[in-house]
Amino acid sequence: MKNLAVELDGVSFFYNGKEILHNVSISVSKGDFLAIIGPNGGGKSTLLKLMMGILKPLHGEIRLFGKTPAKSGIAIGYVPQETGHNIDFPITVMEVVLMGVIHRRNILRRYNHILKQKAAKALQRVNMYSFAERKISELSGGQRQRVLIARALCGDPDILMLDEPTASIDFRGQKEIFELLEELNEKITVIVVSHDMSMVMGFAKHAAYVNKSVIMHTIDSHTRYQIKQQLEGHNGHYCGAEFWQDVGHRIECNEECRHV
Amino acid sequence: MFEALQMPFFQHALVAGILIAIAIGIIGPLAMANKMTFMSGGIAHATYGGVGAAIFFGSSILVGAALASIIAAAAISFISYRFSSRTDTAIGIVWAVGMSTGVIFSDLTAGYNVDLMSFLFGSILAVDISDLWLMAVFDLIIVVLVWFYYYDFMALSFDPVFARLRGVKTQILHFLLLGLVAMTVVLAMRLVGLIMVIALLTMPSFSSERFVNSLGKIMSVSVILSIVYVICGLLLAYMYDISSGASVITVAAFGTITLFLIKKIKGSSR
Repeated sequence: MKNLAVELDGVSFFYNGKEILHNVSISVSKGDFLAIIGPNGGGKSTLLKLMMGILKPLHGEIRLFGKTPAKSGIAIGYVPQETGHNIDFPITVMEVVLMGVIHRRNILRRYNHILKQKAAKALQRVNMYSFAERKISELSGGQRQRVLIARALCGDPDILMLDEPTASIDFRGQKEIFELLEELNEKITVIVVSHDMSMVMGFAKHAAYVNKSVIMHTIDSHTRYQIKQQLEGHNGHYCGAEFWQDVGHRIECNEECRHV
Repeated sequence: MFEALQMPFFQHALVAGILIAIAIGIIGPLAMANKMTFMSGGIAHATYGGVGAAIFFGSSILVGAALASIIAAAAISFISYRFSSRTDTAIGIVWAVGMSTGVIFSDLTAGYNVDLMSFLFGSILAVDISDLWLMAVFDLIIVVLVWFYYYDFMALSFDPVFARLRGVKTQILHFLLLGLVAMTVVLAMRLVGLIMVIALLTMPSFSSERFVNSLGKIMSVSVILSIVYVICGLLLAYMYDISSGASVITVAAFGTITLFLIKKIKGSSR
């Protein structure tokens, strides 16, 4: 119980009368690196938003570190989908990262010295400090995602939740982001929605396949190691067909999974 | 041209123009960044309903317009939150219903003699001293509110979902911003008219965005541009005896195109 970061118990969610998620019960332990995978419209983002407390389930219970998401007081480091924000907006990299601590401003609603230092540190953590004064719209997709990860880190999160952070990024950028996430996972729990099976299999410890219901898979360290080797060998391109050939039946499923 | 500056009505118009330009220069970039141009248009046109109602009931036009604009802002803010996929349709409805309410009320008013055109297109003669005080107070309110909520507005504009997750009251801020747009529309109504105010909300911020890179700087540059446009427009309106609103907008359009070309040429010579 104490070692669980997220628990879902019999969770169902409806949108406009349509059932998006049906009776989902999963648990994510602290320190896990969970990938949420599955087809478009299968409920991946919905599941993430339920875990964050942005959406509320119709049935069932969700607990973040043992409490309901809204009341947990748990700092969530959220990295939104590329389309979720307004990149044309005139805002500098530093100003974006400071949003991560917007709830800690002083009485005049200004950022003090300590918060600015925190933001600078977060930017250094993702290797983007030299871009601090650049406009966000001038960065590449991969650089922008690093900045958004820095923003999430800036608030000292207990858990990182990312919604398709690599959707519009090239192979090298994707790999860099996942390597960064793996590094961060040494200290915090990471949950990432991703389309990219090769990245998921190479870096995540568990994968939740979401298509109205959820099936949990374990990705053992041996598989991760092998996929990573494969990723090394493919500099710039690694297509789905090659990937499945390489993996073969090495993916280890749990019992539920074998029924399907 | 200089004898115009001696006349009290023109002095009032100039001061009013500058006060309006300050409000527009600050609110315009926020409205643009939040893609609220069409919403602002809806509010402006719906305000006409309040003008018509005020004439019919014989109450203060300013109060009628202010009430109607705030109601329109609330309706649009609510709809865009609850039914975000149909926001533009809803704005179109608010826009047309407000406008026709105004027309019906003024039709029903027996022997009314107010020049309704002046509310739609602005009139250089329309401003008196009490309006100036009102505008000055409103400018002060805008400056204080935008300064105080600067980073909140920034978060709302850049990434509302994240902002909400971090405890920013995005729905209230969204309504506050539309409310400020509504009040700006009401104040600018006398001088540039309800139909024209949208152009003035968008053009200065569109130009300044291309030259500077932070929200604060964009606001400063738009304030300066708006003041220049308003002063030149009013002088031309006086000299050629044309509607002040149309005159200001034409000057602004020339300015915007010129700045656009300057940026293009500078960009290509680099």
